[in-house]
Amino acid sequence: MSWTKKHLLDIESLTAEEIITVLDTARGFKAVGERAIKKVPALRGKTVVNLFVEPSTRTRISFELAAQRLSADIVNFSADASSFKKGETLKDTARNLEALNADFIIIRHSASGAPHFLSRVVNAHVINAGDGAHAHPTQALLDMFTIREKKGKIAGLNVTILGDILYSRVARSDIWALTKLGANVTLCGPSTLVPKTFERMGCRVTHDVDEAIRDADIINLLRIQHERQRATMFPSIGEYTQLFGLNQARLAKTKPDALIMHPGPINRGVEIDSEIADSGRSVILEQVTNGLAVRMAVLFLVNGGKTITETA
Amino acid sequence: MPDATIVLDTRAIQRALTRIAHEIAERNLASTEVALIGIPAGGDHLATRLGKILAEIWHHPVPVGALDVAMHRDDLDQRTAPTIYPTDIPFDVNGKTVVLVDDVLFSGRTTRAAMDALTDFGRPKKIQLAVLIDRGHRELPIKADFVGKNVPTALDEKISLLLTESGAAQDEVLLKKKL
Repeated sequence: MSWTKKHLLDIESLTAEEIITVLDTARGFKAVGERAIKKVPALRGKTVVNLFVEPSTRTRISFELAAQRLSADIVNFSADASSFKKGETLKDTARNLEALNADFIIIRHSASGAPHFLSRVVNAHVINAGDGAHAHPTQALLDMFTIREKKGKIAGLNVTILGDILYSRVARSDIWALTKLGANVTLCGPSTLVPKTFERMGCRVTHDVDEAIRDADIINLLRIQHERQRATMFPSIGEYTQLFGLNQARLAKTKPDALIMHPGPINRGVEIDSEIADSGRSVILEQVTNGLAVRMAVLFLVNGGKTITETA
Repeated sequence: MPDATIVLDTRAIQRALTRIAHEIAERNLASTEVALIGIPAGGDHLATRLGKILAEIWHHPVPVGALDVAMHRDDLDQRTAPTIYPTDIPFDVNGKTVVLVDDVLFSGRTTRAAMDALTDFGRPKKIQLAVLIDRGHRELPIKADFVGKNVPTALDEKISLLLTESGAAQDEVLLKKKL
Protein backbone atom coordinates (compact mmCIF):
# COMPACT_ATOMS: atom_id res chain seq x y z
CA MET A 1 0.00 0.00 0.00
CA SER A 2 1.39 3.35 -0.93
CA TRP A 3 -1.40 5.87 -0.66
CA THR A 4 -0.63 8.98 1.42
CA LYS A 5 -2.45 11.70 -0.53
CA LYS A 6 -5.08 13.73 1.21
CA HIS A 7 -6.82 14.78 -2.01
CA LEU A 8 -7.40 13.44 -5.50
CA LEU A 9 -6.94 16.41 -7.81
CA ASP A 10 -5.59 14.97 -11.05
CA ILE A 11 -3.80 11.96 -12.54
CA GLU A 12 -0.65 13.87 -13.44
CA SER A 13 0.50 14.00 -9.81
CA LEU A 14 -0.05 10.26 -9.20
CA THR A 15 2.63 7.62 -9.59
CA ALA A 16 1.94 4.43 -11.54
CA GLU A 17 2.05 2.60 -8.20
CA GLU A 18 -0.62 4.88 -6.73
CA ILE A 19 -2.87 4.33 -9.75
CA ILE A 20 -2.47 0.56 -9.30
CA THR A 21 -3.30 0.93 -5.58
CA VAL A 22 -6.61 2.57 -6.51
CA LEU A 23 -7.38 -0.19 -9.03
CA ASP A 24 -6.55 -2.97 -6.54
CA THR A 25 -8.64 -1.31 -3.83
CA ALA A 26 -11.55 -0.82 -6.24
CA ARG A 27 -11.58 -4.54 -6.98
CA GLY A 28 -12.59 -5.17 -3.37
CA PHE A 29 -15.31 -2.54 -3.52
CA LYS A 30 -16.72 -3.89 -6.78
CA ALA A 31 -17.27 -7.19 -4.97
CA VAL A 32 -19.19 -5.33 -2.24
CA GLY A 33 -21.63 -4.12 -4.90
CA GLU A 34 -22.37 -7.73 -5.86
CA ARG A 35 -23.39 -8.78 -2.35
CA ALA A 36 -26.86 -8.89 -0.84
CA ILE A 37 -25.81 -6.17 1.62
CA LYS A 38 -24.01 -3.60 -0.50
CA LYS A 39 -22.93 -1.36 2.33
CA VAL A 40 -19.83 -1.29 4.55
CA PRO A 41 -19.17 0.94 7.58
CA ALA A 42 -15.80 2.32 6.43
CA LEU A 43 -16.82 6.02 6.42
CA ARG A 44 -19.52 5.89 9.06
CA GLY A 45 -20.10 9.31 10.61
CA LYS A 46 -18.32 11.19 7.79
CA THR A 47 -19.98 13.92 5.78
CA VAL A 48 -19.47 14.18 2.04
CA VAL A 49 -20.55 17.23 0.06
CA ASN A 50 -21.16 17.02 -3.68
CA LEU A 51 -20.30 20.56 -4.79
CA PHE A 52 -21.35 20.50 -8.42
CA VAL A 53 -20.98 23.98 -9.85
CA GLU A 54 -21.27 22.54 -13.36
CA PRO A 55 -24.17 20.23 -14.23
CA SER A 56 -23.63 16.47 -14.09
CA THR A 57 -25.89 13.53 -13.53
CA ARG A 58 -23.93 10.32 -13.77
CA THR A 59 -20.79 11.45 -11.93
CA ARG A 60 -22.82 13.06 -9.17
CA ILE A 61 -25.03 10.02 -8.69
CA SER A 62 -22.02 7.73 -8.80
CA PHE A 63 -20.26 9.68 -6.04
CA GLU A 64 -23.51 9.90 -4.09
CA LEU A 65 -24.00 6.15 -4.16
CA ALA A 66 -20.30 5.55 -3.44
CA ALA A 67 -20.52 7.68 -0.29
CA GLN A 68 -23.74 5.98 0.80
CA ARG A 69 -22.30 2.49 0.32
CA LEU A 70 -19.44 3.52 2.59
CA SER A 71 -22.02 4.63 5.20
CA ALA A 72 -21.14 8.33 4.90
CA ASP A 73 -23.77 11.08 4.90
CA ILE A 74 -23.96 13.03 1.68
CA VAL A 75 -25.31 16.45 0.80
CA ASN A 76 -25.85 17.57 -2.77
CA PHE A 77 -25.14 21.14 -3.65
CA SER A 78 -25.88 22.27 -7.18
CA ALA A 79 -25.13 25.54 -8.87
CA ASP A 80 -28.76 26.28 -9.77
CA ALA A 81 -30.01 26.33 -6.22
CA SER A 82 -26.95 27.85 -4.64
CA SER A 83 -25.65 31.14 -3.49
CA PHE A 84 -23.24 31.34 -6.44
CA LYS A 85 -26.16 33.05 -8.13
CA LYS A 86 -26.16 35.53 -5.30
CA GLY A 87 -22.49 36.31 -5.81
CA GLU A 88 -20.76 34.16 -3.19
CA THR A 89 -17.22 33.11 -4.10
CA LEU A 90 -16.11 29.49 -4.33
CA LYS A 91 -13.84 29.97 -1.34
CA ASP A 92 -16.64 31.32 0.84
CA THR A 93 -19.00 28.57 -0.25
CA ALA A 94 -16.41 25.93 0.60
CA ARG A 95 -15.64 27.50 3.98
CA ASN A 96 -19.35 27.48 4.75
CA LEU A 97 -19.52 23.80 3.91
CA GLU A 98 -16.58 23.21 6.19
CA ALA A 99 -18.28 25.10 8.97
CA LEU A 100 -20.91 22.36 8.71
CA ASN A 101 -18.09 19.85 9.33
CA ALA A 102 -17.85 18.44 5.82
CA ASP A 103 -15.05 15.87 5.70
CA PHE A 104 -14.96 15.46 1.93
CA ILE A 105 -15.76 17.97 -0.80
CA ILE A 106 -16.31 16.52 -4.25
CA ILE A 107 -16.13 19.34 -6.73
CA ARG A 108 -17.13 19.70 -10.36
CA HIS A 109 -16.36 23.12 -11.80
CA SER A 110 -16.12 24.70 -15.24
CA ALA A 111 -12.86 26.43 -14.31
CA SER A 112 -9.67 24.40 -14.63
CA GLY A 113 -7.78 24.36 -11.34
CA ALA A 114 -10.80 25.02 -9.11
CA PRO A 115 -10.26 21.78 -7.09
CA HIS A 116 -6.56 22.62 -6.60
CA PHE A 117 -7.53 26.06 -5.34
CA LEU A 118 -10.09 24.54 -3.00
CA SER A 119 -7.55 22.09 -1.58
CA ARG A 120 -5.42 25.03 -0.46
CA VAL A 121 -8.18 26.88 1.38
CA VAL A 122 -10.07 24.08 3.17
CA ASN A 123 -9.09 21.28 5.53
CA ALA A 124 -11.52 18.75 4.04
CA HIS A 125 -10.41 16.09 1.56
CA VAL A 126 -10.98 17.43 -1.96
CA ILE A 127 -11.85 15.14 -4.85
CA ASN A 128 -11.92 16.48 -8.38
CA ALA A 129 -15.04 15.34 -10.25
CA GLY A 130 -14.05 17.28 -13.37
CA ASP A 131 -12.60 20.77 -13.76
CA GLY A 132 -13.00 22.54 -17.11
CA ALA A 133 -10.98 20.85 -19.83
CA HIS A 134 -8.24 19.99 -17.36
CA ALA A 135 -8.83 16.75 -15.48
CA HIS A 136 -11.40 14.11 -14.58
CA PRO A 137 -9.30 11.71 -12.52
CA THR A 138 -12.00 9.27 -11.39
CA GLN A 139 -13.11 8.79 -15.01
CA ALA A 140 -9.55 7.91 -16.00
CA LEU A 141 -9.24 5.54 -13.04
CA LEU A 142 -12.48 3.75 -13.92
CA ASP A 143 -11.30 3.50 -17.53
CA MET A 144 -8.03 1.92 -16.34
CA PHE A 145 -9.98 -0.43 -14.06
CA THR A 146 -12.21 -1.51 -16.95
CA ILE A 147 -9.30 -2.05 -19.34
CA ARG A 148 -7.31 -4.03 -16.78
CA GLU A 149 -10.32 -6.15 -15.84
CA LYS A 150 -11.16 -6.93 -19.47
CA LYS A 151 -7.66 -7.31 -20.90
CA GLY A 152 -5.75 -8.44 -17.83
CA LYS A 153 -3.14 -5.72 -18.31
CA ILE A 154 -2.62 -2.18 -19.55
CA ALA A 155 1.08 -2.04 -20.46
CA GLY A 156 1.68 -2.66 -24.15
CA LEU A 157 -1.97 -2.26 -25.23
CA ASN A 158 -2.85 0.01 -28.13
CA VAL A 159 -5.46 2.49 -26.97
CA THR A 160 -7.07 4.89 -29.42
CA ILE A 161 -8.98 7.90 -28.15
CA LEU A 162 -11.30 9.19 -30.84
CA GLY A 163 -13.20 12.46 -30.87
CA ASP A 164 -13.00 15.86 -29.23
CA ILE A 165 -9.61 15.72 -27.50
CA LEU A 166 -8.97 19.44 -27.24
CA TYR A 167 -11.89 20.20 -24.93
CA SER A 168 -11.88 16.89 -23.10
CA ARG A 169 -10.72 16.56 -19.52
CA VAL A 170 -11.39 12.83 -19.86
CA ALA A 171 -8.88 12.61 -22.71
CA ARG A 172 -6.19 14.45 -20.74
CA SER A 173 -6.65 12.31 -17.63
CA ASP A 174 -6.80 9.12 -19.71
CA ILE A 175 -3.60 10.06 -21.54
CA TRP A 176 -1.78 10.66 -18.26
CA ALA A 177 -2.96 7.38 -16.79
CA LEU A 178 -2.37 5.28 -19.92
CA THR A 179 1.13 6.59 -20.56
CA LYS A 180 2.11 6.17 -16.89
CA LEU A 181 0.94 2.55 -17.08
CA GLY A 182 2.77 1.83 -20.32
CA ALA A 183 0.01 1.76 -22.97
CA ASN A 184 0.53 3.07 -26.50
CA VAL A 185 -1.89 5.96 -26.97
CA THR A 186 -3.19 7.17 -30.33
CA LEU A 187 -5.38 10.24 -30.62
CA CYS A 188 -7.68 10.81 -33.57
CA GLY A 189 -10.33 13.31 -34.64
CA PRO A 190 -10.71 16.48 -36.69
CA SER A 191 -7.42 18.41 -36.81
CA THR A 192 -9.10 21.38 -35.11
CA LEU A 193 -9.99 19.18 -32.12
CA VAL A 194 -6.84 17.03 -32.10
CA PRO A 195 -3.86 19.35 -32.42
CA LYS A 196 -0.36 17.95 -32.90
CA THR A 197 0.71 19.56 -29.61
CA PHE A 198 -0.73 16.49 -27.82
CA GLU A 199 2.30 14.55 -29.06
CA ARG A 200 4.18 16.24 -26.24
CA MET A 201 2.09 14.18 -23.79
CA GLY A 202 3.64 11.04 -25.29
CA CYS A 203 0.90 10.03 -27.74
CA ARG A 204 0.62 9.55 -31.46
CA VAL A 205 -1.70 11.94 -33.30
CA THR A 206 -3.44 11.02 -36.53
CA HIS A 207 -6.45 12.31 -38.43
CA ASP A 208 -7.05 9.07 -40.35
CA VAL A 209 -9.69 7.20 -38.38
CA ASP A 210 -9.33 3.84 -40.17
CA GLU A 211 -5.61 3.80 -39.52
CA ALA A 212 -6.13 4.93 -35.92
CA ILE A 213 -8.46 2.07 -34.99
CA ARG A 214 -6.96 -0.73 -37.12
CA ASP A 215 -4.53 -2.06 -34.49
CA ALA A 216 -6.34 -0.78 -31.43
CA ASP A 217 -7.11 -3.06 -28.47
CA ILE A 218 -9.28 -0.34 -26.95
CA ILE A 219 -11.27 2.33 -28.80
CA ASN A 220 -12.34 5.07 -26.44
CA LEU A 221 -14.93 7.38 -27.99
CA LEU A 222 -15.48 10.91 -26.78
CA ARG A 223 -18.51 13.12 -27.18
CA ILE A 224 -18.28 16.46 -28.97
CA GLN A 225 -18.31 18.98 -26.13
CA HIS A 226 -20.62 21.60 -27.60
CA GLU A 227 -20.75 23.44 -24.30
CA ARG A 228 -17.00 24.06 -24.22
CA GLN A 229 -16.40 25.09 -27.82
CA ARG A 230 -16.13 28.77 -28.46
CA ALA A 231 -16.87 28.54 -32.17
CA THR A 232 -17.68 25.73 -34.53
CA MET A 233 -14.59 23.59 -34.82
CA PHE A 234 -15.87 21.49 -37.75
CA PRO A 235 -18.47 22.12 -40.44
CA SER A 236 -21.36 19.97 -39.19
CA ILE A 237 -22.37 17.05 -36.97
CA GLY A 238 -23.32 15.11 -40.09
CA GLU A 239 -19.85 15.53 -41.52
CA TYR A 240 -18.27 14.54 -38.21
CA THR A 241 -20.33 11.34 -38.13
CA GLN A 242 -19.37 10.53 -41.70
CA LEU A 243 -15.65 11.13 -41.17
CA PHE A 244 -15.10 10.03 -37.58
CA GLY A 245 -18.22 8.24 -36.30
CA LEU A 246 -17.78 4.57 -35.37
CA ASN A 247 -20.02 2.56 -37.68
CA GLN A 248 -20.24 -1.12 -38.65
CA ALA A 249 -18.04 -0.71 -41.73
CA ARG A 250 -15.25 0.85 -39.67
CA LEU A 251 -15.67 -1.63 -36.84
CA ALA A 252 -15.30 -4.53 -39.29
CA LYS A 253 -11.73 -3.46 -39.98
CA THR A 254 -10.66 -3.47 -36.32
CA LYS A 255 -9.25 -6.31 -34.25
CA PRO A 256 -12.10 -8.75 -33.41
CA ASP A 257 -11.41 -8.37 -29.68
CA ALA A 258 -11.09 -4.59 -29.66
CA LEU A 259 -13.34 -3.10 -26.98
CA ILE A 260 -15.45 0.03 -27.33
CA MET A 261 -15.47 2.47 -24.41
CA HIS A 262 -17.26 5.78 -23.90
CA PRO A 263 -17.41 7.97 -20.79
CA GLY A 264 -21.02 8.94 -21.55
CA PRO A 265 -23.37 10.52 -22.19
CA ILE A 266 -23.36 8.91 -25.64
CA ASN A 267 -24.87 10.60 -28.66
CA ARG A 268 -26.30 7.70 -30.63
CA GLY A 269 -25.83 8.14 -34.33
CA VAL A 270 -23.17 10.84 -33.90
CA GLU A 271 -19.88 9.50 -32.53
CA ILE A 272 -21.20 5.94 -32.22
CA ASP A 273 -23.60 3.79 -34.19
CA SER A 274 -26.58 2.81 -32.05
CA GLU A 275 -26.11 -0.95 -32.62
CA ILE A 276 -22.44 -0.81 -31.69
CA ALA A 277 -23.26 0.94 -28.44
CA ASP A 278 -25.51 -2.00 -27.51
CA SER A 279 -23.22 -4.74 -28.86
CA GLY A 280 -21.04 -7.20 -26.98
CA ARG A 281 -17.98 -5.19 -27.98
CA SER A 282 -19.19 -2.24 -25.94
CA VAL A 283 -18.25 -2.03 -22.25
CA ILE A 284 -19.95 1.33 -21.71
CA LEU A 285 -22.32 0.15 -18.97
CA GLU A 286 -19.58 -1.81 -17.23
CA GLN A 287 -17.67 1.46 -17.05
CA VAL A 288 -20.59 2.88 -15.07
CA THR A 289 -20.53 -0.10 -12.64
CA ASN A 290 -16.78 0.16 -12.27
CA GLY A 291 -17.01 3.92 -11.73
CA LEU A 292 -18.94 3.33 -8.53
CA ALA A 293 -16.29 0.91 -7.23
CA VAL A 294 -13.45 3.25 -8.17
CA ARG A 295 -15.10 6.20 -6.42
CA MET A 296 -15.62 4.12 -3.27
CA ALA A 297 -11.92 3.22 -3.42
CA VAL A 298 -10.89 6.87 -3.83
CA LEU A 299 -12.99 8.00 -0.85
CA PHE A 300 -11.60 5.11 1.21
CA LEU A 301 -7.99 5.87 0.29
CA VAL A 302 -7.96 9.65 0.71
CA ASN A 303 -9.63 9.18 4.10
CA GLY A 304 -6.34 7.59 5.22
CA GLY A 305 -4.21 10.29 3.58
CA LYS A 306 -2.98 12.64 6.26
CA THR A 307 -0.19 14.58 4.60
CA ILE A 308 -0.58 17.09 1.84
CA THR A 309 1.95 15.84 -0.67
CA GLU A 310 0.78 17.89 -3.59
CA THR A 311 2.07 21.23 -2.29
CA ALA A 312 4.53 22.48 -4.83
CA MET B 1 17.60 -11.88 9.54
CA PRO B 2 19.08 -10.04 12.59
CA ASP B 3 17.66 -10.67 16.08
CA ALA B 4 14.63 -12.61 14.88
CA THR B 5 13.59 -15.58 16.99
CA ILE B 6 11.90 -18.56 15.38
CA VAL B 7 8.69 -19.16 17.31
CA LEU B 8 7.48 -22.04 15.14
CA ASP B 9 9.32 -23.84 12.35
CA THR B 10 7.80 -25.72 9.43
CA ARG B 11 7.14 -28.93 11.34
CA ALA B 12 5.83 -27.13 14.41
CA ILE B 13 3.35 -25.20 12.25
CA GLN B 14 2.20 -28.46 10.69
CA ARG B 15 1.79 -30.09 14.11
CA ALA B 16 -0.10 -27.10 15.47
CA LEU B 17 -2.52 -27.09 12.52
CA THR B 18 -3.09 -30.84 12.83
CA ARG B 19 -3.89 -30.46 16.52
CA ILE B 20 -6.22 -27.51 15.89
CA ALA B 21 -8.04 -29.53 13.21
CA HIS B 22 -8.55 -32.40 15.67
CA GLU B 23 -9.82 -29.96 18.31
CA ILE B 24 -12.27 -28.46 15.79
CA ALA B 25 -13.49 -31.99 14.97
CA GLU B 26 -13.82 -32.83 18.65
CA ARG B 27 -15.79 -29.68 19.39
CA ASN B 28 -18.09 -29.90 16.37
CA LEU B 29 -19.79 -33.28 16.05
CA ALA B 30 -22.09 -32.01 13.27
CA SER B 31 -19.21 -31.94 10.80
CA THR B 32 -21.32 -30.97 7.78
CA GLU B 33 -22.27 -27.70 9.44
CA VAL B 34 -18.66 -26.54 9.77
CA ALA B 35 -17.10 -24.03 7.37
CA LEU B 36 -13.73 -22.30 7.63
CA ILE B 37 -13.21 -18.64 6.79
CA GLY B 38 -9.68 -17.25 6.77
CA ILE B 39 -8.70 -13.61 7.29
CA PRO B 40 -6.12 -12.45 4.74
CA ALA B 41 -3.22 -12.09 4.50
CA GLY B 42 -2.13 -15.29 6.25
CA GLY B 43 -5.31 -16.64 7.76
CA ASP B 44 -6.73 -17.50 4.36
CA HIS B 45 -3.84 -19.88 3.63
CA LEU B 46 -4.11 -21.41 7.11
CA ALA B 47 -7.85 -21.97 6.56
CA THR B 48 -7.12 -23.80 3.31
CA ARG B 49 -4.58 -26.04 5.09
CA LEU B 50 -6.96 -26.72 7.98
CA GLY B 51 -9.71 -27.52 5.48
CA LYS B 52 -7.55 -30.24 3.91
CA ILE B 53 -6.70 -31.82 7.27
CA LEU B 54 -10.34 -31.72 8.40
CA ALA B 55 -11.50 -33.28 5.13
CA GLU B 56 -9.20 -36.25 5.88
CA ILE B 57 -10.52 -36.54 9.42
CA TRP B 58 -14.18 -36.29 8.41
CA HIS B 59 -13.95 -37.99 5.00
CA HIS B 60 -15.90 -35.19 3.31
CA PRO B 61 -14.91 -31.81 1.87
CA VAL B 62 -15.07 -28.79 4.19
CA PRO B 63 -16.11 -25.41 2.71
CA VAL B 64 -13.34 -22.80 2.92
CA GLY B 65 -13.62 -19.06 2.26
CA ALA B 66 -11.70 -15.84 2.70
CA LEU B 67 -13.00 -12.65 4.31
CA ASP B 68 -11.42 -9.23 4.04
CA VAL B 69 -11.97 -7.08 7.11
CA ALA B 70 -10.36 -3.77 6.03
CA MET B 71 -13.67 -1.98 5.40
CA HIS B 72 -14.93 -2.90 8.87
CA ARG B 73 -11.89 -1.80 10.88
CA ASP B 74 -12.37 0.74 13.68
CA ASP B 75 -9.04 2.52 13.16
CA LEU B 76 -9.53 3.81 9.61
CA ASP B 77 -9.27 7.38 10.88
CA GLN B 78 -5.93 6.80 12.53
CA ARG B 79 -3.89 5.19 9.76
CA THR B 80 -3.27 5.08 6.05
CA ALA B 81 -5.91 3.07 4.25
CA PRO B 82 -5.27 -0.67 4.63
CA THR B 83 -4.86 -3.08 1.74
CA ILE B 84 -8.13 -4.68 0.68
CA TYR B 85 -7.83 -8.40 -0.04
CA PRO B 86 -10.39 -10.41 -2.03
CA THR B 87 -13.37 -11.76 -0.14
CA ASP B 88 -14.51 -15.13 -1.41
CA ILE B 89 -17.21 -17.02 0.47
CA PRO B 90 -18.49 -19.67 -1.96
CA PHE B 91 -21.18 -21.04 0.38
CA ASP B 92 -24.17 -19.87 2.40
CA VAL B 93 -23.10 -18.94 5.94
CA ASN B 94 -26.66 -19.10 7.29
CA GLY B 95 -26.93 -21.90 9.83
CA LYS B 96 -23.24 -22.82 9.55
CA THR B 97 -20.71 -23.09 12.33
CA VAL B 98 -18.11 -20.73 10.94
CA VAL B 99 -14.57 -21.10 12.25
CA LEU B 100 -12.72 -17.82 11.64
CA VAL B 101 -9.03 -18.48 11.04
CA ASP B 102 -6.36 -15.84 11.66
CA ASP B 103 -2.59 -16.06 11.90
CA VAL B 104 -2.03 -13.89 14.99
CA LEU B 105 -4.49 -12.86 17.71
CA PHE B 106 -3.36 -9.53 19.23
CA SER B 107 -5.73 -6.68 20.20
CA GLY B 108 -8.82 -8.57 19.05
CA ARG B 109 -9.88 -5.70 16.82
CA THR B 110 -9.38 -7.67 13.61
CA THR B 111 -11.61 -10.42 15.01
CA ARG B 112 -14.27 -7.87 15.93
CA ALA B 113 -14.14 -6.43 12.39
CA ALA B 114 -14.31 -9.96 10.96
CA MET B 115 -17.45 -10.81 12.93
CA ASP B 116 -19.11 -7.63 11.68
CA ALA B 117 -18.03 -8.29 8.11
CA LEU B 118 -19.26 -11.88 8.34
CA THR B 119 -22.74 -10.93 9.48
CA ASP B 120 -23.15 -8.95 6.22
CA PHE B 121 -23.24 -12.35 4.53
CA GLY B 122 -25.84 -13.93 6.77
CA ARG B 123 -26.41 -15.32 10.24
CA PRO B 124 -24.09 -18.19 11.13
CA LYS B 125 -25.35 -20.60 13.79
CA LYS B 126 -22.07 -20.21 15.66
CA ILE B 127 -18.80 -18.39 15.16
CA GLN B 128 -15.59 -19.90 16.55
CA LEU B 129 -12.05 -18.54 16.38
CA ALA B 130 -8.88 -20.43 15.50
CA VAL B 131 -5.47 -18.72 15.56
CA LEU B 132 -1.95 -20.00 15.01
CA ILE B 133 -0.42 -17.57 17.53
CA ASP B 134 -1.99 -15.79 20.51
CA ARG B 135 0.42 -13.02 21.50
CA GLY B 136 -1.74 -11.40 24.21
CA HIS B 137 -2.46 -7.66 24.72
CA ARG B 138 -6.20 -7.93 24.14
CA GLU B 139 -8.14 -4.65 23.92
CA LEU B 140 -11.56 -6.28 23.50
CA PRO B 141 -13.33 -9.15 25.28
CA ILE B 142 -12.36 -11.73 22.67
CA LYS B 143 -10.89 -15.18 23.24
CA ALA B 144 -9.77 -17.82 20.75
CA ASP B 145 -11.41 -21.26 20.79
CA PHE B 146 -8.38 -22.94 19.20
CA VAL B 147 -4.78 -21.74 19.64
CA GLY B 148 -1.64 -23.11 17.98
CA LYS B 149 0.77 -21.52 20.44
CA ASN B 150 0.58 -18.86 23.13
CA VAL B 151 3.53 -16.48 22.76
CA PRO B 152 4.06 -13.81 25.44
CA THR B 153 5.27 -10.67 23.67
CA ALA B 154 6.19 -7.06 24.33
CA LEU B 155 4.29 -4.31 22.53
CA ASP B 156 7.39 -3.28 20.59
CA GLU B 157 7.75 -6.76 19.13
CA LYS B 158 6.24 -8.08 15.93
CA ILE B 159 5.12 -11.57 14.95
CA SER B 160 5.43 -12.51 11.28
CA LEU B 161 4.04 -15.61 9.63
CA LEU B 162 5.93 -16.72 6.51
CA LEU B 163 4.19 -19.30 4.34
CA THR B 164 5.24 -20.96 1.11
CA GLU B 165 1.85 -19.97 -0.35
CA SER B 166 2.91 -16.32 0.01
CA GLY B 167 6.24 -16.94 -1.69
CA ALA B 168 8.41 -17.70 1.36
CA ALA B 169 11.17 -20.32 1.07
CA GLN B 170 9.78 -22.22 4.06
CA ASP B 171 6.99 -21.96 6.63
CA GLU B 172 8.06 -20.03 9.73
CA VAL B 173 6.71 -17.87 12.52
CA LEU B 174 9.22 -15.21 13.58
CA LEU B 175 9.36 -12.84 16.54
CA LYS B 176 11.38 -9.64 16.16
CA LYS B 177 11.69 -6.09 17.47
CA LYS B 178 9.74 -3.47 15.57
CA LEU B 179 11.93 -1.12 13.56
